[in-house]
Amino acid sequence: MITLLATIGRVFLGFLAHVGRLSAFTAMAVSHTIRPPFYPRLILREFIEIGYFSLPVVGLTAVFTGMVLALQSYSGFSRFAAEGAVATVVVLSVTRELAPVLAGLMVAGRIGASMAAEIGTMRVTEQIDALTTLSTNPFKYLVAPRILAGTLMLPFLVLIADIIGVFGGYIVGVYKLGFNSATYIARTWEFLEPLDVISGLTKAAVFGFLITLMGCYNGYYSKGGAQGVGAATTNAVVSAAIMILVFNYLITAMFFGK
Amino acid sequence: MTAVPKIELKGVHKAFGPKVVLDGIDLSVARGESVVVIGGSGTGKSVMLKSILGLLRPESGSIRIDGEEVVGMGAKDRDRIMKKFGMLFQGGALFDSLKVWENVAFGLIQGQRMERAKARDIAIEKLAQVGLAASTGDLFPSELSGGMQKRVSLARAIATNPEIIFFDEPTTGLDPIMADVINDLIVKCCKEVGATALSITHDMASARKISDRIAMLYKGKLIWVGPAKDIDHSGNEYVDQFIHGRAVGPITMELRA
Repeated sequence: MITLLATIGRVFLGFLAHVGRLSAFTAMAVSHTIRPPFYPRLILREFIEIGYFSLPVVGLTAVFTGMVLALQSYSGFSRFAAEGAVATVVVLSVTRELAPVLAGLMVAGRIGASMAAEIGTMRVTEQIDALTTLSTNPFKYLVAPRILAGTLMLPFLVLIADIIGVFGGYIVGVYKLGFNSATYIARTWEFLEPLDVISGLTKAAVFGFLITLMGCYNGYYSKGGAQGVGAATTNAVVSAAIMILVFNYLITAMFFGK
Repeated sequence: MTAVPKIELKGVHKAFGPKVVLDGIDLSVARGESVVVIGGSGTGKSVMLKSILGLLRPESGSIRIDGEEVVGMGAKDRDRIMKKFGMLFQGGALFDSLKVWENVAFGLIQGQRMERAKARDIAIEKLAQVGLAASTGDLFPSELSGGMQKRVSLARAIATNPEIIFFDEPTTGLDPIMADVINDLIVKCCKEVGATALSITHDMASARKISDRIAMLYKGKLIWVGPAKDIDHSGNEYVDQFIHGRAVGPITMELRA
């Protein structure tokens, strides 16, 4: 009985310690991100890495999401003769929900993992200690450029995903389901409000922050060689994915909860 | 004359959970002196170096650099003190995303905000000092052999002309000849920049060559400190066992499954 209680206590204390460490890390990371000096070269490198090189995977995700959405909603809505709503359903689902969440998850796999692996390897090979001895703050040099780039680049990626996703729906709608092109486009614009896109881009910025934060955090505290770096990579992706889903609900509730 | 020691440790304690690693370390290193700390694996040599560097924080005790207390120092003062240090890491710890010359010039470009072209010239010069051609500068660290990586790492450690250089097992993983080359370079470089050196190693050949004084760390305490030439007649059986590398003696390896 005592051992059981001790185990529960230990797990709980471990959890609290983890939360505390993550909070301290987040505070440090944010404060170094917004205070000079900045490293323009590194920020630019991360912009390209996150923004440009993620375009293919995000674009493919978006186009097929839009296409399948048009197909599914058409076959579903035809049961109660509401096929005309396909364009509206596609544009609202993509901008509000699917583009940010799916792009976020794809980028979490791509960027979160590589950041955790890179920073984790730097940790276990003492490169992070070496930074400190060379009068360079590792938070400023490693963490800040990544978090800044992630937070700014994800909205950009999601905006592109919005466009490509809607275009995917348009292709299926017009060339497969036989909608009139002009009508489909008109229907797309008819019920779209700025808030739909803005809420999606807000989500994207938060997701970009979370992905890069979890990548850097797990890498920064990894230990124990190759196995430790592997665990850090897994944790970075899993924790980022779960946080994306949780924050997706919270932000949706904030915008449309009333 | 009682000059202020460059590095002074008094009663430094450091523990990780219940495991005491440093149990009251007292050591002082004079300006321009080279002290080598020897000791078996896992006796806390690296922890001692990292405590002085401020990468780890000791629970109690005092660490002074040029008479200035550094334990519990604020970030700003810490940055200022850090500029006095150079360090050669055990595995080299070269930044693999940067070219060799960028590695060497890192402290100049990032730490001192020097222009890249000027920093590059100094980097090439430092590479020449450790016996590497200028063309090496454009390679990446992964394209170099272990011995060359150590040389680059040494060039990086001396690039900012630090007042104090730490060497963490400088010869580990090198063949005996390359190890001797590195030892010679360490002696030469320290002399050229007039630096105070604190090294940790378990390579006795290296310790004899680069040190003025030797200290032996065992179970968190410095059990012997003396001039390098006295190491062979220290009268301390722990030291004797260590420098002759005997399995039998007062030091028993704690082998636990």
